[in-house]
Amino acid sequence: MHFEELLAGDGRVEPRDEMPDAYRRTLVRQIAQHAHSEIIGMQPEGNWISRAPSLRRKAILMAKVQDEAGHGLYLYAAAETLGVDRADLLDQLHGGRQKYSSIFNYPTLTWADVGAIGWLVDGAAIVNQVPLCRCSYGPYARAMVRICKEESFHQRQGFEILHTLAHGAPAQKAMAQDAVDRYWWPSLMMFGPPDDDSTHSAQSMAWGIKRFSNDDLRQRFVDMTVPQAEVLGLTLPDPEIRWNDERGHYDFGAVDFTELFEVIKGNGPCNRERMAHRVAAHEDGAWVREAAAAYSAKRAEAAA
Amino acid sequence: MTTSCDYVLALADDALVSAQRMSWWISRAPELEEDVALANIGLDQLGQARALLTYAGALEGAGRTEDDLAYLRDDREFRNVWLVERPQPDFGVTIARLLMLATWQSELYAALVSSSDATLAGIAGKAVKEVAYHVDHARLWTLRLGDGTEVSHARMQAALESEWPHLEELFAPVDGAVVDPRSLRDRVMGRIEEVVVEATLSVPQVAPAIGGGRRGLHTEHLGHLLAEMQHLHRSHPGATW
Repeated sequence: MHFEELLAGDGRVEPRDEMPDAYRRTLVRQIAQHAHSEIIGMQPEGNWISRAPSLRRKAILMAKVQDEAGHGLYLYAAAETLGVDRADLLDQLHGGRQKYSSIFNYPTLTWADVGAIGWLVDGAAIVNQVPLCRCSYGPYARAMVRICKEESFHQRQGFEILHTLAHGAPAQKAMAQDAVDRYWWPSLMMFGPPDDDSTHSAQSMAWGIKRFSNDDLRQRFVDMTVPQAEVLGLTLPDPEIRWNDERGHYDFGAVDFTELFEVIKGNGPCNRERMAHRVAAHEDGAWVREAAAAYSAKRAEAAA
Repeated sequence: MTTSCDYVLALADDALVSAQRMSWWISRAPELEEDVALANIGLDQLGQARALLTYAGALEGAGRTEDDLAYLRDDREFRNVWLVERPQPDFGVTIARLLMLATWQSELYAALVSSSDATLAGIAGKAVKEVAYHVDHARLWTLRLGDGTEVSHARMQAALESEWPHLEELFAPVDGAVVDPRSLRDRVMGRIEEVVVEATLSVPQVAPAIGGGRRGLHTEHLGHLLAEMQHLHRSHPGATW
């Protein structure tokens, strides 16, 4: 079936179907950025594995960071169905030519940050990603179904970490509040710039890659999160949050996007560390990858 | 015969300290598949450690939980071998160490499965399947690195030389042992040496290190590992997490 007909009928585009180059390029850019976000996102949480305050929490956190590596794998595999390869995408990440989500350029300063990332960052990711399960590109949509299930598990774990802290000793509650104060605004920025300034949105909507606008998704996240904060007994650092009966939504204050743009430009608190960590892992592992390639070439030769 | 708390702690601490070192690799592995695999191995080890610590606490009879034992003991009270406690930022060293530890654990757990201590037999029954995968993973990487490039061959040989002196400590006798560690020596060494030879590497001819982990005498590295692992838990005495 022709590409336009497929889209019109809300069908799925599969790897062998013909598709416009621009559609392919947009998907590669988006899926790669998503995959890179998963693997860079291993670092802020990985920062607390060695110090997790109980063995149960350590096991949960290791499993979570492992899931992120797994998400990276599915997503790179989805991108590869579009004719690119993982090694090239990684080179583009390492060379700064492809991006990852700016949220991971914020530091995890306390244990509560692990909870805040689970609750807010994974919560925002879910709001962004659930519609992607209906994305017009089949392999991406299917990868997202699996990822969303795991993300929602992570989000509940984050909520539970914060709930335990918020109902613990005063120092623990303060730690939880501080983490939420620091992660709230950056989480709202995860939905991207306001609709009026979003460069790729309109075309992605027309292609069935994107289903809802940035601002609609941001509103959905706020509506979902405000009542959860009440259950936690924590406050969100925005005095303008209040229910608006007329709109049927929570009002909230203006997001300061100048910060987002600074972080995107590379001036966030951890941009350099995150990239240096990733590049070091890649370079330090080169001899291992080369050995694996040489070994399998020898096996193949021996079998021939 | 009664199982000693110290014996179970020895097995628990080997698994716990190894898991702590293994988890360092998550986000630092040579390729993404390996981040997943090493995390998986670390998680298995942590799971074994938790079950064993809980049992050690029960044997001790003083009401200590897995977290009390993991977070509130000082290094002189830890019973793990030196093999697992030193930093392992080199992938070859990590693989050499895993090959040794997992091969030893696989023989140990296989023997414990049929021991008269039902709790240990139960823990071992689950663990024996997990460590079979660890041995397999370590074996495959030893082959790839040993028979890969010249560089990897040299690095893997160097890794074996650095870890080999610590093998002997695994076979040191422990009071109240359910399976005498000495009885595992021939099979464990045989299996490891077979992999080394298959990987075109040579079996190191080195003297055993002294090693006193089973008596609570450690390298300087364990104190740092515990300082990092325990600090948050100890900063909030009595807190629930």
